[in-house]
Amino acid sequence: MERILIRGGRVLDPSRSLDMTADVLVADGVVAEIREGINPAGARIIEAADCVVAPGFVDLHAHLREPGYEQKGTVRTETTAALRGGFTTVCAMPNTRPAPDCGPVLESIRDIYAREALVRVLPIGCITRGREGKELAELAELAAGGVVAFSDDGSPVADPRLMRNALALAGALGLPVSEHCDSPEMHAGGAMNEGAVSERLGLSGQPSAAEAAAIARNIELAAATGGRLHIAHVTTERGVELVAEARRRGLPVTCEVTPSHLFLTEDAVAGTGDEPAYDTSAKINPPLRTETDRRALLAALNAGLIDAIATDHAPHAIEEKLVEFEAAAFGISCFESAVSTLLTLVYRGELRLERMVEALTTAPVRCFGLAQRVPGIGTLEPGVARDVVVLDPRTATIVDPERWASKGKNTPLAGRELKGVVRAVIFEGTLAWEREAAHV
Amino acid sequence: MLDTAASPADSAPGATWTRKDLLDTDTLTRAEIDLVLETARGMREVRSRPVSKVSTLRGVTVATLFYEQSTRTRASFEVAAKALGADVVNLTASGSSVEKGETLIDTVRTLEAIGADIIVMRHSRSGAPYLAARHTAASIVNGGDGTHAHPTQALLDLYTMVERLGSLEGRKVVIVGDVLHSRVARSNAWTLLRYGADVVFCGPATLLPRSFVPSVDGRACSISTDLDSAIEGADVVMALRMQKERQQRGLIPSIREYIANYQINAARLARARQGALLMHPGPMNEGIEVSPDVAHGAQSLVEEQVANGVAVRMALLYLIAARSRT
Repeated sequence: MERILIRGGRVLDPSRSLDMTADVLVADGVVAEIREGINPAGARIIEAADCVVAPGFVDLHAHLREPGYEQKGTVRTETTAALRGGFTTVCAMPNTRPAPDCGPVLESIRDIYAREALVRVLPIGCITRGREGKELAELAELAAGGVVAFSDDGSPVADPRLMRNALALAGALGLPVSEHCDSPEMHAGGAMNEGAVSERLGLSGQPSAAEAAAIARNIELAAATGGRLHIAHVTTERGVELVAEARRRGLPVTCEVTPSHLFLTEDAVAGTGDEPAYDTSAKINPPLRTETDRRALLAALNAGLIDAIATDHAPHAIEEKLVEFEAAAFGISCFESAVSTLLTLVYRGELRLERMVEALTTAPVRCFGLAQRVPGIGTLEPGVARDVVVLDPRTATIVDPERWASKGKNTPLAGRELKGVVRAVIFEGTLAWEREAAHV
Repeated sequence: MLDTAASPADSAPGATWTRKDLLDTDTLTRAEIDLVLETARGMREVRSRPVSKVSTLRGVTVATLFYEQSTRTRASFEVAAKALGADVVNLTASGSSVEKGETLIDTVRTLEAIGADIIVMRHSRSGAPYLAARHTAASIVNGGDGTHAHPTQALLDLYTMVERLGSLEGRKVVIVGDVLHSRVARSNAWTLLRYGADVVFCGPATLLPRSFVPSVDGRACSISTDLDSAIEGADVVMALRMQKERQQRGLIPSIREYIANYQINAARLARARQGALLMHPGPMNEGIEVSPDVAHGAQSLVEEQVANGVAVRMALLYLIAARSRT
């Protein structure tokens, strides 16, 4: 097997509080050694001076679209995108057709992953049958089949009794429930954040109270059942405060934030021109919020209150976005821009690099308890770690979705200059992707 | 050039129309609005002639594309276009390829390919004309988009007010009703503020904006839930159409309560400045947002608004068709 030496980078492994300039040797399919001055014979060299060397990233929330929505993306195209974005482990949301709400469907979907995926894909099972919010899915069967969490993805479980039972049963199975916290009954299917921009543009809005109320309800249900609650993509200042309170109570509540909500605000819908853009590529659920919210999210992430960064990568076919704003699909394709977005925040001094790496590695592993299931992910521990990512924070890049591997070109960042790129990705001990100089 | 005595170039020196599209009033400059009003005055003169048609826009094709029902706006544009000698093609969403699933972009491109120079569009979704404008070389005129904007209504309202009041500087205009969902209120606010008027949005708290009100040069609309005090000293009272489904959606307790608190009737209008003008974008729900006696009373400008609408739309079609492409 190929031996790879990543030479002279800043090695950051928050799982072991490691932060040093060193060489990393990958041999026999694992990280073999981390120290200064390794000099192996015949190894392939990756020069990593000025680069950051970290464990392969773990994404708790992504949409691979297959089976059922292959016009938006396939397991092959989207895991290629994940790999190029530095994500070597991806938890796949169950909003496929069919949705994994029982063992046989889950098995058929895992067969696709085994055949097509270029990174490690861990399935998330449905909370309710068909994600319809009416009857519970076969939770124990799904757990036995290898799901790492339960979620109905973009369909919040409206019925509080059903959610309570789901948390109790999932808790007994040792698995978290990852919940999109929204109270759709509070608004009329809002297409963006409710506030100054929605009122200016005449668009239906989602009030931040709809997120906060759902987070508060689900925290109480987690407390009542002892179940593990993972709050998917928190977006509001108030939501963060509720999570902080749950933590003070010692409840098993974790949460994630997306690069989109850390980087953008509701203003992206209106655009920067004189006339409103009604930019459907900035339409995402939950919606981009205000600058106050964005700053609160960054503060909570830096403080470790928000555990993980998850992409909510959501590719769509172009015709699903080239329509009237309220008719357009929700979601941003971001596997291939996420790291550049985050490194830009680091460059601006808004996000600490160490925390960024932790929130993409050991923190998500903790959220879903993945360490026992998949040893060696989210860490560089020699002998077990198999995935390594090399980041170049200094190289600027212009976002060009036409060059992406993802089928989803839906990004509000097209044409934007960002600071920082993924240089190389080692997956399962082999060099799986390397950014060519020509690509820069 | 337009074959009327009042040539826009003479009366509004310096101002020219360069816009391909008219999507809202929010970015219009004072000079551009002046030009529209001045041109509309010339058009009124054309309308008052025994043969009220000219051939200025001969060879120009105007398509009306209405995804939402409308009688007066569509008819007003059609009459305006024909009065200028343009050819008119009317399309509605029902009975067209739109029903077969054609996208908005494909529809406007098809109209462009057929030869439409100007597409007048009404759509139930806010922002739809912006999407259309980006994907066609034809001019898009917004005839009302969702709950966002209705620029030609605002310009005909402004024209009507200026004709009656002269300068609007310091004049108080109270816009009453479902402001939050009103494209008329929002587009009116931009033009009125630019003309120096004091604009008050008045209605039930659930039907008023909470986070955003139009403002121009640091002057913003004010907000009130108390019509009886808001209407005091008003020069113009504009009642908005109250949709009965707002009650079903729980936004107001009942139409009955709305009438009690927000209907423009003789007693309320008496609190405004003497001779204050009553306006309504139509169609009116007589007996709901406005009482029948007031709707057809001496202070009502409702029919004048409709008549002025043709002249203002003629002006806009003319300016857009004859725009200088700089």
